[in-house]
Amino acid sequence: MDDERDRGVLPLLHGAQPTRAPGGGRRYRDPVLDALDPAVRLHVVTGKGGTGKTTVAAATALALARPGRRVLLTEVEGRQGLAQVFGHDPLPYLPTLLARSGAGQVHGLAVDAKAALLEYLEVFYRLGRAGRALERLGAVDFATTIAPGLRDVLLTGKVYDALRQRADGRRGEGVPAWDAVVLDGPPTGRIGRFLNVNEDLAGLARMGPVHSQAQSIMGVLTSPATVVHVVTLLEDMPVQETCDAVADLHDLGLRLGGVVVNQVRPPLLSPEDLRAALAGTLDRETVGADLVTALRTAGVGVPEGGPSLVEGLLDQAGEHASRVQAEDGHRKRLAELGLPMVDLPQLPGVAEGMDLAALHELADVLAGGSR
Amino acid sequence: MRPAPGTGARADPRSAAFDVDALLDDERVRIVVCTGSGGVGKTTTAAALALRAAERGRRTVVLTIDPARRLAQSMGLTQLDNTPRPVPGVDTRAGGSLAAMMLDMKRTFDEVVEAHSSPDKARQILDNPFYQALSSSFAGTQEYMAMEKLGQLSAEVDETGGLRWGLIVVDTPPSRSALDFLDAPDRLGSFLDSRFLRLLTAPAKAGGRAYLRVLSAVAGGLNGIMNRILGQSLLSDVQSFVAALDTMFGSFRQRAEQTYAMLAGDRTAFVVVAAPEADAVREASFFVDRLRSDRMPLAGIVVNRVTSMRAEELPAADAGRAASAATGSARGVLLVHARRMHRRESEVRIMQRLRRLHPPVPSVVVPARPVDVTDLDGLRSIGEDLAAARPIPEPPPVP
Repeated sequence: MDDERDRGVLPLLHGAQPTRAPGGGRRYRDPVLDALDPAVRLHVVTGKGGTGKTTVAAATALALARPGRRVLLTEVEGRQGLAQVFGHDPLPYLPTLLARSGAGQVHGLAVDAKAALLEYLEVFYRLGRAGRALERLGAVDFATTIAPGLRDVLLTGKVYDALRQRADGRRGEGVPAWDAVVLDGPPTGRIGRFLNVNEDLAGLARMGPVHSQAQSIMGVLTSPATVVHVVTLLEDMPVQETCDAVADLHDLGLRLGGVVVNQVRPPLLSPEDLRAALAGTLDRETVGADLVTALRTAGVGVPEGGPSLVEGLLDQAGEHASRVQAEDGHRKRLAELGLPMVDLPQLPGVAEGMDLAALHELADVLAGGSR
Repeated sequence: MRPAPGTGARADPRSAAFDVDALLDDERVRIVVCTGSGGVGKTTTAAALALRAAERGRRTVVLTIDPARRLAQSMGLTQLDNTPRPVPGVDTRAGGSLAAMMLDMKRTFDEVVEAHSSPDKARQILDNPFYQALSSSFAGTQEYMAMEKLGQLSAEVDETGGLRWGLIVVDTPPSRSALDFLDAPDRLGSFLDSRFLRLLTAPAKAGGRAYLRVLSAVAGGLNGIMNRILGQSLLSDVQSFVAALDTMFGSFRQRAEQTYAMLAGDRTAFVVVAAPEADAVREASFFVDRLRSDRMPLAGIVVNRVTSMRAEELPAADAGRAASAATGSARGVLLVHARRMHRRESEVRIMQRLRRLHPPVPSVVVPARPVDVTDLDGLRSIGEDLAAARPIPEPPPVP
């Protein structure tokens, strides 16, 4: 069946509605990007470590830029992860053009807490010299390392500032400098605390400019202008953390976008073969004979070890089937969250490192194939 | 870097294999720290090492610092709190035992405050809004508290007056903050020595001395700026917090330094955990370098979740060609192999980069499981793989 074969080649967009595009080509409406109406200006991407959060944030930025938008992609963990996925030199503390995407552009910004603090003091209090004095006294180190919570305040503050920035460099109402901001956020274990830090701060500083600034930031983060996407793999712990994070974020009053299932590998056996492989009832004689024939036809010699080679191949098919079964279970748990889900395929060779071409491929999936 | 105890003496120095059993059996080793980036299976490795040590006769406790309750999951436990709880189902015939605990940073912090100040001063601190935010909701506090807890566990004695734990296995926070674990004493020290702290506390203790009045005046000017930025209420909360804590900071810092010395000493071994992916290997390499520059005892590298093959003799490209010629179920079976073999080939190249970068560091490769580990049997089988001493395959010679 055509559909069956498509599952092996096309990304699986569970939850997405396949539609017929003019001209008969198959197009997918992407639930994540559907959730991203232009009113959404901040996309926060989180996920358990190792799930490919940075890659997904980068692909999301490319997808958002396609129709001609200017997108700012930011990171706050000091890992220079964006530079790595884009194959770029380490990013300075200034928006830097990373890639053109369709009619738009993606700029990258690695937010540094110390630089953000000095900038903050300069912009809001004109404390140029006093700011440097504070640095000499160790106050800047205090704020950015000793009191690491303040670090999160500064990092979220910088993201907020990027949202408010206008094309003419000023802040407030007007044509915004960035149509959308994508934040490669902290991992699931820290994301709630990170995004909620201003709530804590507003409680601590009960009045004054810090209090009102913290309240404005919380206002934006909890408004319809912000959504949080959670990246996961179809494995037990990432799925568990996704469920925990979704509950936490919901309790904090943050809006959830989509669940991005990363590195999806489509099943390679038919449903009947999967069942048989799982039960260990694949007909070893017939399949074994077919395997030997196929190997010979392809000019691959089947040496002395022939029978053990066939045994090994069938065992691997059995393990593949148990993995597919476990993944189905994980997918059901994710579906219970009731959020839009989108699958990103595992690209061959990607374990050896991401590159721009691979990012564009993933962005194609997120953008529903339009380019 | 010096070799960790348990590896130099018994393992063949020419061997690239990490001899995990030699490490776990060495009674001199009291602390094993598992470090690495997030998502590489660090917690599972820590739990598997602890279980194996326990079943080989060590009185073991495993401490996890991770905010997500992953250790509990992999140990089949539903709840972990701030005190070590015995893990049921452990084979104790060799005379060992296993307990597990997860760091509750707020509770650890509260306990430190209570242990080191008078009851009413403790109350004053515990009720301070700045303290409450610092101890519970702000990131980073956990590294300090981890040091504190590790120090406590290593000094804990049982009813007979002997040390309660023979071996403490620690799992570090994910990602970059894993390194903050090592920075805690320095950071605390530079904070306590900083003029900023003295300025903050000066107005509270200025008294009548002339030079303090001058300092106080400077601080007053600074306070004016800080007030504008922070608002008076926050600043005075911070000041009274710092003043109240002042008396206990000294002992706090002293213990952080002791713990650091203990980590650097010959009774500790670090294990760097990685996965066979470009990012994870890069992070692992970073950790190895960092441990080296701090002269911390590195025992070896564990590469988790490595794709293993049951038909390694068939290259991916050959299987792919055969699949196009195949019919029926044989086609799918060959595709399964081609995809897996392709992955295996690229993982080997990635792991070999690590071995090329750090040739003297012994390593062990742990095969991926078709399903996730969620119980003690799963941990036991990972323990067996950890002890199987299969190193990263030797890289081919450079042509």
